Amino acid sequence: MTEASPPAPLPDDRPSSHFVTYPRFLLRLVRLATDGSPAYYVWMTVLTAISLVGANAWATQVADGMILTSMTDHVSWGLYIANFTFIVGLAAGGVMMVIPAYLYRNRAMHDVVILGELLAIAAIVMCLLFVTVDLGRPDRFWHMMPGLGRFNWPISMLTWDVIVLNGYLLINLHICGYLLYTRFLGRKPELRFYRPIVFLSVFWAVSIHTVTAFLYSGLGGRPLWNSALLAPRFLASAFVAGPAFIIVTMYVLRRLTDVRIDIKAVNTLVQIVRVTILINLLMVVSELFTEFYAGGSHISSARYLFFGLHGHDGLVPWIWTAIGLNVVAAVMFLHPRVMQHPGLVSAACVFAFVGVWIEKGMGLIVPGFIPSTLHEIVEYSPSLTEWKVTAGIWAFGLLIFTAMIQAAVPILRGQERAA
Amino acid sequence: MSDKNPSSPAAGDRPVSRRTLAKGIGTTLGLGAFAAAVSPLMRRTSEVSAAEFMQQHYKDLSEDERAEVIRRLEAEALEQSGREVTIRDQAPIPGTKFGYAINLSLCNGNGKCVEACHRENNHDRDTNQSYIRVLEMQRGSMDMEKGNTTYDHTVPAEDKFYLPVQCQQCDNPPCVDVCPVEATWKEQDGIVVVDYNWCIGCRYCEAACPYHARRFNWKAPNVPAEEINPDQGYLSNRVRPQGVMEKCHFCLHRTREGKLPACLEACPTGARIFGNLLDPDSDIRWVLANKQVLVLKEELGTVPSFFYFFD
Repeated sequence: MTEASPPAPLPDDRPSSHFVTYPRFLLRLVRLATDGSPAYYVWMTVLTAISLVGANAWATQVADGMILTSMTDHVSWGLYIANFTFIVGLAAGGVMMVIPAYLYRNRAMHDVVILGELLAIAAIVMCLLFVTVDLGRPDRFWHMMPGLGRFNWPISMLTWDVIVLNGYLLINLHICGYLLYTRFLGRKPELRFYRPIVFLSVFWAVSIHTVTAFLYSGLGGRPLWNSALLAPRFLASAFVAGPAFIIVTMYVLRRLTDVRIDIKAVNTLVQIVRVTILINLLMVVSELFTEFYAGGSHISSARYLFFGLHGHDGLVPWIWTAIGLNVVAAVMFLHPRVMQHPGLVSAACVFAFVGVWIEKGMGLIVPGFIPSTLHEIVEYSPSLTEWKVTAGIWAFGLLIFTAMIQAAVPILRGQERAA
Repeated sequence: MSDKNPSSPAAGDRPVSRRTLAKGIGTTLGLGAFAAAVSPLMRRTSEVSAAEFMQQHYKDLSEDERAEVIRRLEAEALEQSGREVTIRDQAPIPGTKFGYAINLSLCNGNGKCVEACHRENNHDRDTNQSYIRVLEMQRGSMDMEKGNTTYDHTVPAEDKFYLPVQCQQCDNPPCVDVCPVEATWKEQDGIVVVDYNWCIGCRYCEAACPYHARRFNWKAPNVPAEEINPDQGYLSNRVRPQGVMEKCHFCLHRTREGKLPACLEACPTGARIFGNLLDPDSDIRWVLANKQVLVLKEELGTVPSFFYFFD
């Protein structure tokens, strides 16, 4: 990475071509993302190091086989797909910034909406990585490319997921890229070039998480997943985790940088989470009522998850931790006085975030396989390789999220202009 | 995190600033560390030949290309295990749709079918893999939750019956629907097959199957050279690569040539009946006509070609 050469002064009467200014814009982004305080360099170095540990664990897994994971023919998806599911929600949750900003013309949100869009970009990159590390044969990824391979669309829900996730990535790259580029040029963004795309992104956000839920709910042989409530539940919990993450991000930015964040923006998000967290809990309760009141063999997974089955109870601590965290967070969000302390708001956000992460992963993907379709109980607990790869992808996601904010903020504030 | 002192244009006056130099060094170190971190991938690339990487889907290969692929696979098998094997590409027989039935009154859970499958299909020795699982079930109940697959006592046990389960070769197979790359499909004779050279190893089919019929190669299978069954089929029992899915294929390398599946031949009780559902004189048709048969998890609408009955 090299520093951009100083732009030659432009004659005022001749607008320069995009062929000249756009590469210059990209170079400026790179330069901004790699410039920062010593703390910034330390943070980025730590994230890079963790990412490299993950990359090494993944490369070893590809070479020696997925035997290095704890997955089995009984529990054939584990920590990777659990994280994938959760992070699709995080990506979709970013849209909860977009709706108030553009649909309700909330001024405070307008200034910070880019955080949601950048989060979406980082999260989708993480999703694609989590799917890739879960493949037994990543060298054959081209078999999935339309035109080159055989893309089983529209029958396989996984092909739909490939389309909507990549589409969401492109949409958000366009919105962020366009807004930043016009700011860089010192022009006003033209509504027709981004507003329709912003509205599209709202629908698209819903679609990515709906399609991801359909991956599981469409499987008749897995009673825990085979529920019409799965997609709405996924959306509700996504609209908890996404805004919670952004609230904490805004507090961190306010604390560590001179970026001024309007407290009204935080309040808007708090109001959103206050409602979505209750909707999510309500749906979890409805699901459990239906399962346990009716009873029978098809609720074995739910029984295993919540109470243990035939002496096996590996996931019981996980799910009760998740329920506890979600309930405590819900109560905190409902309490107006709690919401006046940034520390407590952040704590509530972290509780909700971790609670949803468990609920969707170790509390949903894994128990879907236990007991197996022949009612055998084989338990699962992630291996060191899986934890390393997972930590690596999270670190890489945070790395690009941080770098994007680092580059975007000075441009948005008009500190970095072409020429 | 934000730069309190954004680099002013003046900072760029010198052609190479100290910061640029530091960035250059950092980038070089980072790239070097990345290359070192992913270096285990090199071990894998030496195992996957360019021809294998470029190979097209089974259905897109011409006759000549298939022959070429098979020659390559045979050569690779010889090189890797030192064993001469013959891989053929048996086509479905027109007018044939295979069906399987098990007489649960005769099956006594001895597990010979499980072993025969293990040997016939070149399964991994380390994990003792097989396409068949036998559930020891409680008499008077079809509830699998009361079943047990890990029994190791003398059979048959008091008050138990035995339920062998393998791929049900569904007419409406959920595993085929979910595959994102069409690496698994249903053949003319009803057998659901996997192209081991096309599967990307996402394991969505394994999640979708309601019968636990699919097996994943979590590592490269280990079969000692002298134990390898050299009579192999491209879509059936050839030694599978690492990281791909496999499943019961009704021993198509045998059954498409008029032989019976290995599990049937090994069964000492005569509980297994196999044949062509389209042939009115076949044994399987006699069973369907004269016995009260049932299929597993009928309510899921998978329409199995695998039947069970009690005498």
